Amino acid sequence: MKIIKNIGLLIFMLGLFIFTLSTFLGEFTPTKDIIKQSLSEQQYENIGIQVEGALGNKTYLSPIPISSTFAKIYNSANNELKAKQQWDKVMWDSPQVAVFQLIKSSSTGIYMHYEWLIFLLTFGLSILGSLMYILPDVILLGSPGIKNNKIFQSSATNRGWIGWVSFVYLVLFYIILYFFPALLTNQILIVNPISMAISGNASSQWFLYGFIYCTIMSVMAVRMFIKYRHSNYQLLRTGTVLFFQIAFAFLIPEILMRFNLPYMDFKNAWPLDYDFFFEWNINGLIASGNIGLFMFVWGVIFSLLIIPTFTYFYGKRWYCSWVCGCGGLAETLGDPYRQLSDKSEKAWKIERYLIHSVLVLAIIMTGATLYTYFTGSSQFIGISTYDIQKSYGFLIGAVFSGIIGTGFYPILGNRVWCRFGCPLAAYMGLIQRFKSRFRITTNGGQCISCGNCSTYCEMGIDVRWYAQRGQNIVRSSCVGCGVCSSVCPRGVLNLENKEENGRFGKPTDLDDNGLIISNT
Amino acid sequence: MKHIAIIGNGISGITAARNIRKSSNHKITIISAETEYFFSRTALMYIYMGHLKFEHTKPYEDHFWKKNKLELKKGLVKDIDFTKNRLYFDGGNVLDYDELILATGSKPNKFGWPGQDLTGVQGFYSYQDLEKVEAYSKNIRHAVIVGGGLIGVEMAEMFISRNISVTLLVREKSFWNIVLPEQESALINKHIRSHHVDLRLETELKEITDDGNGRVKSITTTTGEEILCNFVGLTVGVHPNISFLKSTPIEMNKGILVNEYLETNLPNVYAIGDCAEHRLPPKGRKAIEQVWYTGKIMGEVVAQTICNNKTSYRPGIWFNSAKFFDIEYQTYGFVNATRSEDEDEIYWEHQGGMKCVHIIFSKTQHTIMGINTFGIRMRHEVFDKWLRETKTIEFVLRNLKEANFDPEFFTRHEEEIINVFNAKFPDNGIVATMKKIN
Repeated sequence: MKIIKNIGLLIFMLGLFIFTLSTFLGEFTPTKDIIKQSLSEQQYENIGIQVEGALGNKTYLSPIPISSTFAKIYNSANNELKAKQQWDKVMWDSPQVAVFQLIKSSSTGIYMHYEWLIFLLTFGLSILGSLMYILPDVILLGSPGIKNNKIFQSSATNRGWIGWVSFVYLVLFYIILYFFPALLTNQILIVNPISMAISGNASSQWFLYGFIYCTIMSVMAVRMFIKYRHSNYQLLRTGTVLFFQIAFAFLIPEILMRFNLPYMDFKNAWPLDYDFFFEWNINGLIASGNIGLFMFVWGVIFSLLIIPTFTYFYGKRWYCSWVCGCGGLAETLGDPYRQLSDKSEKAWKIERYLIHSVLVLAIIMTGATLYTYFTGSSQFIGISTYDIQKSYGFLIGAVFSGIIGTGFYPILGNRVWCRFGCPLAAYMGLIQRFKSRFRITTNGGQCISCGNCSTYCEMGIDVRWYAQRGQNIVRSSCVGCGVCSSVCPRGVLNLENKEENGRFGKPTDLDDNGLIISNT
Repeated sequence: MKHIAIIGNGISGITAARNIRKSSNHKITIISAETEYFFSRTALMYIYMGHLKFEHTKPYEDHFWKKNKLELKKGLVKDIDFTKNRLYFDGGNVLDYDELILATGSKPNKFGWPGQDLTGVQGFYSYQDLEKVEAYSKNIRHAVIVGGGLIGVEMAEMFISRNISVTLLVREKSFWNIVLPEQESALINKHIRSHHVDLRLETELKEITDDGNGRVKSITTTTGEEILCNFVGLTVGVHPNISFLKSTPIEMNKGILVNEYLETNLPNVYAIGDCAEHRLPPKGRKAIEQVWYTGKIMGEVVAQTICNNKTSYRPGIWFNSAKFFDIEYQTYGFVNATRSEDEDEIYWEHQGGMKCVHIIFSKTQHTIMGINTFGIRMRHEVFDKWLRETKTIEFVLRNLKEANFDPEFFTRHEEEIINVFNAKFPDNGIVATMKKIN
C-alpha cells in the first residue's frame, strides 16, 4: 500500500512537472496575418509594423521571448505617445493581455496538434498519481475515525520546506494567471478541445482555471470522503460543495455561453460577486431579453433575500461550506492546512478590522457604480468610478482572494480569504452573530481543554475558550465546517439550529446543587 | 489583600487561581516545576501523535497571566514550614504565603518490579514523561504496556500511530472490567485488537530485563514468557504526589486529607484535585478521584471559600468520558461493572461493533441509575436532569431522541434501543415520542 502511495506521488509530480514545463515549451510562428488579426485596430496602428519586423515569420520555441519582445515594443511606443501627449492613441491594456491572443494564434507545435496526448501527460498523470496516493488510505487509515497523525510532524502540513515550496508555486501560479496569462498559452491550449465541447468557444485562461479548480476539488474531495468517512455531515457537505462548483460555477455558465446567453453563476452572490452591478453586466443581462432579466432579478433576490433568510435559519455554513466555490476549494484542497490558521486574540482583532473594511469598500464601490449607472456621471464624490472598480478588482478580486487567499494556504491556513477578506462572509457573519438560529452547542462539563477543536478550526476561532467554560459558540466567522465537532475526543461540540433565545448559553457555574450543567 | 500561593499549575490549581482572581484582589502565585504555563495534560498524547504541538495544549495565551495579575513561578517546592507559612524551593529560594493551596497532582504507580527504573521504562503523566517517551521511542520496534486502563490504551494508540507494535498486558480477564460491564469491556477488547495491538488478558508483569547498558531489553510475564521490547509503559494507575510533605504535620493517608470545604487539618492550607483525599466523600464517590472535571470543581469551590463565601464540595451527578482509539465513551450516573440485586439493565449493541448503549435502572421502581454509551454522543444536560429527577427507564427511552448529541445526519438508533427494552418487557412495550426537539 505504501509503495502504491509513493509511486502515485511520483506520477503526480511528473504530471505537475510536465504541466509546469509547458510554460517554457511549444512552437510559435507569428505570421503577418496572425499579427494583424490578433491586435486591436489601435494596437496595430501604433505598433503593428514594429511587431511584424521583430517577430514576424520567425519561429519561437517558447512563448516567453515573444511576450517579452512584444512588451518592450508596446511599452516604448506607449511612453512615446504619452510624451507627445497623444492621449487618444495611448493603449491602456496591459501588454501581457494584448500579446495573449497573438501567442495563442501563432502556436503551431505539439500543443496545437496533440492536445489529448499532452492532456494525458499533464492532467491525466496528475489525477492518476493523486488517486494512487489517496485511495490506499481506505486501508492504511484503519477503522473510520479521526486520523490526524503526524500532521505537525510533516513538512507539508507544518510550514516545513514542502509547505514553503507549495506556497511559492501557488503564489506564482496566481500571479501568472492574473497578470501574465500569455505564459499559460500552452496549458490553455491543452484544455481547448474540452472548452470547445462544452461552450463551443476557444478556451481562455479562465476556462483553464475553472477546469483546474474543478479537477483539484474532485480529487481532494475523494480524500475528504475517505478521511471523514465516519461522519455523514462531512460526507454530505463535501458532496454538495463539489456539486455546486462543478455544476453551477463551471458547467452551467459555460453551457449558457453555448446558447449565446450571458455568463452567470447562479449561486454566486453580491458582494462576493463584486461586479454583478457593474454597468457591463447589467446591460449585458438586460440585452439578453427575458432570461437576462430573470438572471438579474435572481441575482438581486439571491443576494438580498435568500442569503440572509437561509443564514438566519442555518447560519452562514449553508453557503460557506455547503455551496460556495471559494469555500469548496478551502474544504478540499485546503483541508490539509486547516490547522495553520492563527488562533490568537490579535489575529481575531485584525480579522474584524479587515473583513468589515472590505465589506464597507464593496458597498461603497457598488454605490458608486449604481450612482454612475443612474446619473451618467463618471465621478462619485470626486473620484472616478472606473478607478474605484479597477482598484477593487485588482486589490480584492485578484490579490486578496486569489494570490493571498489560496496561495497562502500552506502558510496561513485554508480560509485566509474567507476569514479576513470575503465581503459576503462579513455580511452573513453579521446576521449569524446577531440574528440567527445557529450555534455550536457545548456539551455540559465534558470538555477537557485538549485543544483539538481550536487547532483544527480553519477560521482561527479559539473554540476551546468557550467549550471549557461550558458556553456555546456564536461567532460571526464560523463557517460551520463541523470539524471541531469531528475532532473532539469527548463528544463536546455539536452544530445546531435551534430557537434564538438563549443561544449563547450560560457558562457552567456552581450553585447549591453543585455543578450546574445547563447551557440553554 | 492576602498572598495566596498555589502549588501546581494543573487544571485544579489554575481553576482555583482564576476564580480567586474573579472575585478578589489577592496576590496570587502559581508554582510549578513542570512547565512555565498551564497546559492540558489530557492532550499530551496528541502531541506525540502529531495532532497538536505543545503550544496548542495551552488553554490560555501567554499574555493572559500577566493581564490577570497571576504570578507564575517555576520551581520545585522541597519543603514547607507550616508554622512560618513558608515554602522552601530546590535551589534555596523561599516564598511566604498567607494561604496555601496544594494542587500537586499525581505520580504514576510502580509496584516494585525488578528493572522498573531502567531507561525506557516509565509512566505517562507529565510533560517530562512525554519528552522521555519521545526520546526513548525513537526508531524502536516494539513496546510493552502494562495496565489495562485509560492511559494504557492511550499509550497503545500513540505507539501504533508511529508504527511501533504494542503488546498490552492486562491483569484482568477483560479490558478495564473493574469499571466497565462485561459487554462494553468485550467490545473494547475487540476494538483494541482490530488496531493490531497484541492484547494479553490475565497477564501480569514479572520483571524487566536490562540489555547490559541500563536499557530495557525484554520483559517477562507471570506466565514466564519473555517478550523482547525497546520500551515499557507502566500505566497501572497513579497516586497522589505528596511525598515531599512526609515530614510535615499535614494529615495524609493516600492523599492529603480534606473535609468537605477542602480544608486540611492545618489552618489556611487547602488541598484540591488529584492529591486530595476526601475524609467523607460524597455519596457514591471515591475518596480520591483523578478526573479532570472534579479537579476543576474543587478549584472553583476552594476559590469561593478563600474569597469568604464558604462553599462545600458537591460534584453533582457522576459523569465521565474517554476515547478508546476510534470509539468515544460517555457515562452518566453509575453503571457498575456488575449488577446488584436491585438493578436491571438493557444493553444494545450495533452490528458493526463500534456502538453500544447500556442503561441501568432500578428493578422495582424502573428509575434510571446510569447510562454508558459507546460511539454515540449524549447530551450531558439532559441526562444530568433525568438522573437528578430520577426519571423512569420508560420515560428515558421515550425521550431518548432529545438526549442524542450526535452531529446532524448521523444514523440514529433510538428505535433499535427501544426494541431491546420491548423484547425484554413485552407487556409494557413503549413507543418513542415524536416530539420535535427544539
